[in-house]
Amino acid sequence: MTIARIASPLVLGALLGLVAFIVFGPLLNLAMWAFAEQWFYPNRLPTGWGFSFWERVFRPRAGAWTSLFNTVLVACAAVALSMALAIPAGYALARQALPARSVIMLLFLLPQAFPNLPIFVNIAAIFYQWGLNGTLVGVVLVHALPGLVYAVWIATATFSAVDRSLEEAARNLGASPLRSFTDITLPQALPGLLAASIFVFLDSIDEFTGTFFVGAPEITTLPLLMFNASMGGNYQVAAITALILLIPSVGFMLVIERFLKADVLSRVGR
Amino acid sequence: MSTEALTLNNVTVDLGRQRILDDIHLDVSPGSFTCLLGPSGCGKTTLLRAIAGFTPLSRGEIRLGRRALTHLPPEKRETAMVFQSYALWPHMSVEENLGYPLKLRGVTRTERRRKVAEMLARLELSGFEERAVTKLSGGQRQRIALGRALIIDPPLLLLDEPLSNLDAAIRRSLRSELRRLQKSLGITTIMVTHDQEEALQMADQIVLMRAGHVVQVSTPQTLYQQPADLGAARFLGVDNTVTRTPQDPMGESGAVTFGFRTRDAHLDAPPCPQALIRKGRVTECVYTGDGYHVLIDTHDAELFATSATPVAPGTFAALQVPESALIPFGPDDRHLPPLDRHEDIA
Ligand SMILES: Nc1ncnc2c1ncn2[C@@H]1O[C@H](COP(=O)(O)OP(=O)(O)OP(=O)(O)O)[C@@H](O)[C@H]1O
Ligand SMILES: [Mg+2]
Repeated sequence: MTIARIASPLVLGALLGLVAFIVFGPLLNLAMWAFAEQWFYPNRLPTGWGFSFWERVFRPRAGAWTSLFNTVLVACAAVALSMALAIPAGYALARQALPARSVIMLLFLLPQAFPNLPIFVNIAAIFYQWGLNGTLVGVVLVHALPGLVYAVWIATATFSAVDRSLEEAARNLGASPLRSFTDITLPQALPGLLAASIFVFLDSIDEFTGTFFVGAPEITTLPLLMFNASMGGNYQVAAITALILLIPSVGFMLVIERFLKADVLSRVGR
Repeated sequence: MSTEALTLNNVTVDLGRQRILDDIHLDVSPGSFTCLLGPSGCGKTTLLRAIAGFTPLSRGEIRLGRRALTHLPPEKRETAMVFQSYALWPHMSVEENLGYPLKLRGVTRTERRRKVAEMLARLELSGFEERAVTKLSGGQRQRIALGRALIIDPPLLLLDEPLSNLDAAIRRSLRSELRRLQKSLGITTIMVTHDQEEALQMADQIVLMRAGHVVQVSTPQTLYQQPADLGAARFLGVDNTVTRTPQDPMGESGAVTFGFRTRDAHLDAPPCPQALIRKGRVTECVYTGDGYHVLIDTHDAELFATSATPVAPGTFAALQVPESALIPFGPDDRHLPPLDRHEDIA
């Protein structure tokens, strides 16, 4: 008993340390690479530190700024597009009788069960015919596709959880179907819809395969930039790009978190 | 204040392949209080939802005053409903909940404020404007839901078991409060309940339902004293039935069966010629506060009676029911003489 009492904090501490190392170890390595001027094989740590690679990455013609801009633009557009489709689709599905809903949702997941490389190759072939290859629109579409599946799933679950009688009360007191949807249903579903947006955004931020087949070489996003740098053996540039990649992700999450907090807090007291 | 009559003609509802309501006729006079009473699953909520426009009719017609509601969407019907779960909008404050129906009707902000404050005063909840509806007690929620329905001066108020989520003491006080409010507004009201005591106390007119049919429409007094058939009688607390024998009173009525309530059957009453008498062995004696309930095993049936003093099980006893308390039923279990299903209520 006493041994367990003494040992358990130690075990817990060690476990937490291990988890922290697994989660943050690679990040630490990344951070070191970002500031390493010189780091050759036998050395455990870089032998020279500095910012010269940062300067190289942010040189006007290096493309980091354009890629960052493209990445954020594409992610925002992908969120807008997939939510614009997922909200009505999720609502319609949520109001279906249960067996029909399950079947449709399962069908919807089917493309995801497929290995996605052949799918992207096919999409690239189709987009090529439509002249969408190498355009931002094409990249947005290819990013919205996987996002859409999850967004519809989450939106359906969210809308199903909204108490139907809340809408009926609004209709009963004079609200049109659209009005009761925007005034009652949508605010109730907001946390779930925001969660779906985060999902699509983060998915788009580091999407690689689709962008590679549809966008490259005209459209470069940060993951593509990073890939090119890594393939060229330029770990410093790859690491710096990876760190830049954190900016939109963290920024988006902070914005959403502010929304969520206000909304969730107002419901905790229920 | 516009208050209107409601008429249901031939109303039939099917959900899936099941017939939930079958050929319902009902007249509700303006300003009256009608209770839909019946056992669980008999279709009370479905009927209320059909009137509000949430359940489509397979057949039939619903009229409110001169308007035909049958094909109108819910938002055009002006039938204010209080849901069993209250359905208050959790993302809105008390003021926003009460003000929303007014907002939909284009009432200005200041006017909304004034009307909401007025309604809160009427509900004895003044000063609750900013309160989150999630931070209200059950009774307060019930009143806000009622206020939200009444704030648009609707011609018809629909209540789905508005009191059944509350505990007994609050329920009793809200019954009279609700009835007082309804009378002062003079609004035509239909309330669903499965509590016969509630219906008897509150209603001008009770609609007794069973398995999607209307069994009887009458005043509380008539319903209580002359239930249309044996099933209705059982639902209204007639817990004893006996087969008539030649010695029993009311021979000219043609009754085959008599029903009576336990409280009308006495063990210790002085013998009287105009009464039904049954003898048997006492099998159980339970204290009820007012006296004792005694279960007596006659060879015909097991009957309940009341007694002022305890009776030892195993002894023989005779119960006596005065003629006035006997409810006669014919061979088809229907009340004798046959009653008009839809009694006229002035
Ligand atoms: N959406 C539906 N689809 C099919 N059947 C339904 C549906 N809703 C209700 N029913 C059935 O209709 C019948 C009447 O239901 P309703 O809710 O009107 O009963 P109720 O009298 O209000 O009962 P309670 O007192 O329990 O609320 C029940 O048998 C129920 O199973
Ligand atoms: Mg019900």
